[in-house]
Amino acid sequence: MSSPGMDFTALRLSLELGVVTVLLLLPLALMTARFLAWRRFPGKSLLEAALAVPLVLPPTVVGYYLLVGMGSGSWLGEWVERMTGQSLVFSFSGLVVASVIVNIPFAVQPMQRAFEAIPGEVRDAAACCGMGFWRTLLTVELPLAWPGVVTAFVLTFAHTLGEFGVVLMVGGSIPGETQTIAIAIYDRVQAFDYAAAGQMSLLLLVFSLLVLALAGGWGRRIGRRDALPRI
Amino acid sequence: MPCPGSDFRLAVTLAQPLPMRAELHCGGAELLALVGPSGSGKSTLLRLVAGLSRPAQGRIECGSACWFDSARGLHLSPQQRRVGFVPQHYGLFPHMTALGNVMAGLHSLPVRERETRARHWLDRVHLPGLAQRRPAELSGGEQQRVALARALVREPSILLLDEPFSAVDQVTRQTLHLELAELKQELGIPVLLVTHDLDEALLLADHMTLLARGRTLQSGRPEAVMAEPVNAEAARLLGARNLLPGTLLRHDAATATSWIRVGSVELAAPLAPDLDPQTEVLWMLPPDAARLTADSAAPPAGHTDSLRVCIRTLLPLGGSVRITANIPGLDTPLQLQAPPADVAALNLQAGARARVEFPRARIRLLRP
Repeated sequence: MSSPGMDFTALRLSLELGVVTVLLLLPLALMTARFLAWRRFPGKSLLEAALAVPLVLPPTVVGYYLLVGMGSGSWLGEWVERMTGQSLVFSFSGLVVASVIVNIPFAVQPMQRAFEAIPGEVRDAAACCGMGFWRTLLTVELPLAWPGVVTAFVLTFAHTLGEFGVVLMVGGSIPGETQTIAIAIYDRVQAFDYAAAGQMSLLLLVFSLLVLALAGGWGRRIGRRDALPRI
Repeated sequence: MPCPGSDFRLAVTLAQPLPMRAELHCGGAELLALVGPSGSGKSTLLRLVAGLSRPAQGRIECGSACWFDSARGLHLSPQQRRVGFVPQHYGLFPHMTALGNVMAGLHSLPVRERETRARHWLDRVHLPGLAQRRPAELSGGEQQRVALARALVREPSILLLDEPFSAVDQVTRQTLHLELAELKQELGIPVLLVTHDLDEALLLADHMTLLARGRTLQSGRPEAVMAEPVNAEAARLLGARNLLPGTLLRHDAATATSWIRVGSVELAAPLAPDLDPQTEVLWMLPPDAARLTADSAAPPAGHTDSLRVCIRTLLPLGGSVRITANIPGLDTPLQLQAPPADVAALNLQAGARARVEFPRARIRLLRP
């Protein structure tokens, strides 16, 4: 495919960021979602609010706090710099940390809703069938929560590809290191290269539509197959 | 290890989710019905037995195995208890077939043996040919059978049934009642059945325990519990229709009689020495124990007593007539029932006078 306007480096970087974010975030989010779905404890609402904050704050605000929190002046930034010799901000690693944090609500909430929808009696029955934690998780809970897991995967991946404000604040726009496709589009528009911006925008648009449609259709099929029995 | 024929014993207290102090005993091959209103703690008790909740204090034993002992800090998980549990809405795994659901109870065995055993139990609960259906494709009764097969395939030490017949129609319920009665005989393990249906308890249970507000009020054979509730609360929970106020006048040990004043009349009741004279009591008369006769008839002799009443209302209902009648000087009416032929023969109508006869032994005195 000959497309002089397409920034493949930025596209590859975005895809890498999406994959790494999903791989790191989904297992953690799954356990968090499962915990939040079934446990009641003091301060639960506060914790849920804290995890949902990236949804409502302007990306620049999230980006600012991450920049300050991961900068060399912070304990985290200082520690990472001492251990690796590299700064966390304006690097791919920093982008991954930021991306994981920003995507927490997109990963946790669909899975939490999915776990909440599993009737308590089903989990009780699993325990009385002698199933331990992992067997119940793998053979009962995950298959039933699967539509929520798929939604979490899709939202996290698609949102990582499309994230702009936080990535710009934390990573800057270093080609090959932190310049994702969303930032590359912005740069092209700034340079009045509308053809390239259009090409990349169209790619993101088509990709997002396809992924959402596929995930939605698959989730519905699983939902129908595993419908709870009518009693 | 399963312990067929072993007794089950429980004595626990609980603070959350509701204050509870309960004691249960179920013989090795017996069915114990846990009866009580909503919120009385029936289902909570089953969860404690299954190990799904933990009591604050107490002891739970099945045969020689101790499942919970607060004194020793012992609490076995549900996985360690070998409990067959059928939740109220069955808790079937919706993404698995009927066969898969039953096989799920046997995950530690080789696949071939799991399938053989699971099919055997599906046949036992009369579900051949439906092994590949998912729960959503089964009727309520069929789902209940799958849940029962899944609970029994593990050869449990005890079977717990949480209102298993509440979600099926009347015809299916009658069939399932018979099947459970047969199964109970074959299994030889204690069966705990939670129900709020007294008729179901009378039909199926060897023993029944009456629960209210987290406390065990009374235990015994169902007919005995129904006939002789220990107190007014138990009587009300058992649906006693005539629970009327009176004053205990005196005990007469020689004739085994306690005399009470009811309105403006005196009434003899079986001796109740634990109640103090000159205190308010409640007396209970089952409507089916009373017979209406003409007002002019002579008072009966021997151990049959009678009261003069004034008919208040008459309501034909299901082959008999429900009657309310006033006892002189008492506001609360007596509830009676009589065959329509008797009502016609006595020419009973609102405002008419009549006499109510009943065996003295059927009156029961209770503390209010």
